[in-house]
Amino acid sequence: MTDGVLQSAPPLTSPQPRWQRLWAGLFGTPLNAAVTLCCLALLGWAVPPLLRWTLLDAVWVGPADRCADAAGACWAFIGEKLRYILFGFYDQDRQWRPAAAGAILLALAGLSGMPLFWRRATLWLWLFGLAAALLLLTGGPGGPAVPTERWSGLPVSLLLAVVGLVGAFPLAVLLALARRSSMGGVRTLAVLFIEVTRGVPLIAVLYVATLLLPLMLPAGAAIDKLLRAQIAIVLFVSAYLAEIVRAGLQSIPAGQYEAAQALGLGYWQSMRLVILPQALRTVISSIVTLAIGLFQDTTLIIVIGLFDLLNTARTAAKDPAWLGFYDEAFGFAALIYLTVCVIASRYSLWLERRLRR
Amino acid sequence: MRTPSQAPSRPSSRSGLSPRFLIAGALSLAIGLALTGAAKAGPTLDAIKARGSIKVGVGTQPGFFAPDSNGRWQGFFVDFGRALSIAVFNDPDKVQFVSSSPQQRLPALQSGEFDILLSGVTQTFTRATKLGFHFGPVVFYDGQGLLVPKKLGVSKGKDLNGATVCVQTGTTGELNITDFFRQNKIAFKPVVIEETAENQKAFSSGRCDVLTQDASDLAITRTQLPKPDDYVLLPERISKEPLAPAIRYGDDQWLEIVNWAVYATIQAEELGITQANIDSFLTSADPTVRRFLGVDPSLGEAAKLDPKFAYTIVKTVGNYGEIFDRNVGPATKVGLDRGFNKLWTQGGLLYAPPFR
Repeated sequence: MTDGVLQSAPPLTSPQPRWQRLWAGLFGTPLNAAVTLCCLALLGWAVPPLLRWTLLDAVWVGPADRCADAAGACWAFIGEKLRYILFGFYDQDRQWRPAAAGAILLALAGLSGMPLFWRRATLWLWLFGLAAALLLLTGGPGGPAVPTERWSGLPVSLLLAVVGLVGAFPLAVLLALARRSSMGGVRTLAVLFIEVTRGVPLIAVLYVATLLLPLMLPAGAAIDKLLRAQIAIVLFVSAYLAEIVRAGLQSIPAGQYEAAQALGLGYWQSMRLVILPQALRTVISSIVTLAIGLFQDTTLIIVIGLFDLLNTARTAAKDPAWLGFYDEAFGFAALIYLTVCVIASRYSLWLERRLRR
Repeated sequence: MRTPSQAPSRPSSRSGLSPRFLIAGALSLAIGLALTGAAKAGPTLDAIKARGSIKVGVGTQPGFFAPDSNGRWQGFFVDFGRALSIAVFNDPDKVQFVSSSPQQRLPALQSGEFDILLSGVTQTFTRATKLGFHFGPVVFYDGQGLLVPKKLGVSKGKDLNGATVCVQTGTTGELNITDFFRQNKIAFKPVVIEETAENQKAFSSGRCDVLTQDASDLAITRTQLPKPDDYVLLPERISKEPLAPAIRYGDDQWLEIVNWAVYATIQAEELGITQANIDSFLTSADPTVRRFLGVDPSLGEAAKLDPKFAYTIVKTVGNYGEIFDRNVGPATKVGLDRGFNKLWTQGGLLYAPPFR
């Protein structure tokens, strides 16, 4: 296989046609042939039943009774529950609001991925975008307020992940700088925070935020549960992000620091204008990896009784009228998570290639 | 938790005044509050009224609490939440249902995340004393049950000598089943599995003769088996699981509202009053009925509730029997029998104190 790659250096004058290289890769050596045959056998064993279940025997429309008699998947269930799985308890007649909020969050994340938007004005875009998304979700202006207990489904997953990453960013940069600082006290605090946070699982942080925090607050004071979870996620992510940023800072050669100093720049100026732009650029793909992990980790809020996409999908199958279609519910949720994560990881690859040029 | 005598001492302990003055001040405040406490609503009810809605902790279990396709909570316990909302606000929708998992629901109630837990909590000694929860009336008498295939030809638990039993690890169910077989001096082989779904698979594939869980769970499990009609739930309950609403200590008036909102549904069934026929009772000459429905408003006035709260509850969510049948009764997918949850007049355990 490696032969083929090496020989194909000038693509137009490739000595072997494509199918020949493919053949060599699949059946070129006895080992390759054995692996290929094993994989084919595995596919032959798994794919036909899967196809039968997902497509051939599936029920696409109709009431729950029709599904009960069918051998395949019940996609009618997803059709019936689509609104609930995506938007949960949000007022049915105003579900355009969470839909728009989700779209804004996705757009912000998507636009920020383009190098064209790597400029100061994007900060304002974020501020306005986040404010608009939150305003849409809270229900006002022009309508009764929607308490956060009713925020659920995909917008909540996106909100927790996007705000979690963006909120953690400034904190993470400060932590990373503090950890590399020469001031002993600041450095110790940063090391302590980062190591303790990374030493605790997210689920424990969420439990502390939901169960212990209210007991510690003075009587009568209450912080919203979703907000508490969001803050917990921001703090948690900031520790991991700080280590990524620190790796970036370490990759910058000492000459850059010295050059910035020689130009007469102070500490903050040299960081802002010289060091950080280069350091962050080198760690973008690590940050995307963290973001993918974070998007999936938000499903942990299920344990504190919040309804993200996975939890709405799970509870959709608990309605007595449509009882027990867990495979379909989880399959659908998995498809959404898969789509988002594949796009993000392809983006990361594209960006890496682009930055290498 | 937040008793009136503790509350005032909290802010003062942070100020810089002399300790003796503080103690004296806190004590007099506490005594003052304790004296006025009888006339005032407690902290939970105050918070509910200030917020304009009741926060009810629920779980997720088909028939008992589950969101429908429109994202509206439905179920047996949910209907009692709506009944409470009617008692306090005269409106069934001034209630927010907050989902909570079994591990965290009691700490969450403790920390004030909701005003009442209606998630099928078993009333126990420890919870009522050490953990600091008051329990309202039992709304559902559950108990651990035994599910067996019909082809086994067994009609009661004592016939199960030598049976293999699928049971979940680390649950009280494991202990209960051991006790049950030991008491009856018969042998059994436990197949201990951690996951609920695995447990059900093991049972449906024939690895064990008996599946044991709470009877309400077993009823739902049965509907999920490939051929539900091949299985039967034995009549015995080998443990007591009285499921009751739980609230924090420190708000007696709130407890009474919970009590009487539940009793209203039971009393209505006893009087034969249903959602459909309730209006015909408004002209009844029976003083019990007149008091109950608020035609004679003396009761509601005494409790500082809307005099017609019982009428509105029954008119909106129905009497106990209707709530049961609509959500988990024989005609539903859950298909539960009334069992112990019949009126005392019909051999069950439901009994409402007199409305007078």
